[in-house]
Amino acid sequence: MDVAETFTQKPMSLAALSAEIAAGRTKAADLAATYYERIEELNPRLNIYLSLTKERALAQASKIDAMAAKGNPLPPLAGIPVGIKDVLVVQGVPSTAGSKILQGYRPPYDCTAVARLEAAGAVLLGKTNCDEFAMGSSNENSAYGPVRNPVDPELVPGGSSGGSAAAVAANLAVAALGSDTGGSIRQPASFCGVVGVLPTYGRVSRYGLIAFASSLDRIGPLAANVRDAATLLGVIAGHDPNDATSSPAPVEDYATESDKPAAGLRIGVPAEYFADGLDPEVRAAVEKGIGALEAAGCTIKPISLPHTKYAVPTYYLVATAEASANLARFDGVRYGYRSADSGTLSAMYSHSRDEGFGAEVKRRIFLGTYALSAGYYDAYYLKAQRVRRLLAEEFLRAFAEVDAIVTPTSPFPAFKLGEKTGDPLAMYLADIYTVTASLAGICGVSVPCGATKTGLPVGMQVLARHFGESTAFRVARAVEAAGI
Amino acid sequence: MSEKVTVEAVQRVAELAHLELTPEETAPMVRDLNAILDYVAELDELDTSNVTPLAQMSELSGDGIVAVLRADQTAPSLNRAVVMEQAPETDGAFFKVPKVIER
Repeated sequence: MDVAETFTQKPMSLAALSAEIAAGRTKAADLAATYYERIEELNPRLNIYLSLTKERALAQASKIDAMAAKGNPLPPLAGIPVGIKDVLVVQGVPSTAGSKILQGYRPPYDCTAVARLEAAGAVLLGKTNCDEFAMGSSNENSAYGPVRNPVDPELVPGGSSGGSAAAVAANLAVAALGSDTGGSIRQPASFCGVVGVLPTYGRVSRYGLIAFASSLDRIGPLAANVRDAATLLGVIAGHDPNDATSSPAPVEDYATESDKPAAGLRIGVPAEYFADGLDPEVRAAVEKGIGALEAAGCTIKPISLPHTKYAVPTYYLVATAEASANLARFDGVRYGYRSADSGTLSAMYSHSRDEGFGAEVKRRIFLGTYALSAGYYDAYYLKAQRVRRLLAEEFLRAFAEVDAIVTPTSPFPAFKLGEKTGDPLAMYLADIYTVTASLAGICGVSVPCGATKTGLPVGMQVLARHFGESTAFRVARAVEAAGI
Repeated sequence: MSEKVTVEAVQRVAELAHLELTPEETAPMVRDLNAILDYVAELDELDTSNVTPLAQMSELSGDGIVAVLRADQTAPSLNRAVVMEQAPETDGAFFKVPKVIER
C-alpha cells in the first residue's frame, strides 16, 4: 500500500471467537479489556468512539464468563464486542447523534435493536462517531470532529456511519450497528473495506433510532465478513410493537441461508450505474466481481433502470422534508441544549437551534421546510413522492426478471478529508448509487470487492427485493469467496 | 443560477423552522438553496400526473397497509423522574420555559 500509515486489522470471525469463548480459552472480560486497550491506543488518531461504556461492557462480559464456566449454553453473540452508532439510544448512556444540541443527553430508554444485541450476549464497547443526525457522506459533519479512515487517516471513512465502519475496519469492534437513510451504512462500509447491510424498510425496528427521515431510516449491521453481518441481522430483525412500521414478516436464518451457493441466481447489471462519473478503477474492480459471480454459476443479465438519475433530487426533497419535521423536537424545552438568557420562548427555540445545530443540518432543515411550505408543497414534496413511486416500481419490475442487482456502492473510493466540504451538491452526488434502494424500501449489502492501485477499498452493492436479504447475502458471499 | 429563493423567502423559512440565521449565514444559505433547487428541478422532466404519491413503504413490500392497532389499555410510559433528569429547567413535574404570555 502507498499510504504512510494504516490502521486496518481484520477482527476474528464470530464463529472463531464464539468457539474460543464457549471453550473458556478466551475470557469475554479479557477480550473486552484487549479491545479497550486498542481503543485507547488508536482512538485519539481515528476519533471513532465518542463515548465508552466500560462498566456496562465488563459487567456483561463477566456474566458471559460465569455462564461459560458453568458450561451453560451461550447466546449467539456471547462476549462479542460491538460498537453502536451514536444515533441509537441506550438508557443512561450519552447519545449525541453527532450533534452539540444533544451534548450530555442521556436517553431514558433503550433502542430495540441494541437491546436485542445485548440479550444475545453482545458486549457494548461504546458509541461511535457519525455525521450530525446521520446527515452526511463523509463523517465530516460531526460536531465532535471527523472520523479518519483506518485504511489511510488522511481520508474520510464515508458517512454517516463512519465511526461504525471504521471501528470494524480497525478492529476496534468485531461488529457494529449503523443506520442507513440514503447510503449511510453501505457507503462507509465500501470506503473502509468492510461489509454493511441495508435491511428492508421495516425489517429492523426503528424504536430508539434518533429519527432523520422516517420513511427512509433503517438500522443495520456492519461486520468484517458477510456471514457475521447476516448473523447480526438475524439477531436484531423482527417485529416490534414499539415501531408501527416494523414488519411482521418472519425472520429467516440469514447466516445459514448465506451458506447456500449462488449458482443459478440471475444477476441484473443496470447500465445506469456504470456510466459517466464512475471511477475507472472502481468499475474494473466491480466488473471483476461480476466475473466471479458468473464463474460461480450465476446468469448475468444487462438491465436498465431509466429513472435512476432522478433518485438524488427525489431523495434530497423527501429526506430533508421529513428531517425538518423530525428535528422540530430539538427546541431546548425538554432535553438537550438550551440557549441561555433568551428572554422569550420564541427566542429560546431559535437560539437553541441555531447554536446547537451544525451547518449541514440547518441547510437540510431549510430545504425541507421550503419544500413543505404553502405554495411549494405540491411542486417539491408531492412531486418527489410521485417520482419515488416510479423508482420503486422500476425495481419491482426488475426483480421479476432477476434475483439480485449488482452495482458499485460508490462512484469513487474514499476521498481526502476536506475535499468535498466546500460544495454541498458534490457531497450529495456521492450518494448516487445508494439512494435508489433507500427510496424503494428494498434491501442490500455492500461487500468488499477489490481495491484501487493505491490500496483503497472498493465495495460492490448487492440489491435484492423486499425481504430478500437471504438472496443478497448468498450473492455477497460468492463475491467475498472470490477474494477480488 | 436562478434566484428562485430570495433573502425574504429564506427569512420566512427561518421563522417557520424556528431557526435564526445570522447575517453571515444568510447569503450562503440563499446561494446553497438556489443551487440545490436548480438541481432538483430535473424532476419536472417527468410527467407524474397519473402517479399517486408514495407515502407508506408497507404498500410496496407486500405487507399491505395493515392498520394494526394495539389494545386500548393503559400501561406505564416513561419514568417521569428519569425524563426530568434531562430537562434544562424543571420544578420536578413540569418543564420550565421563558414566560409565554405577557400580562
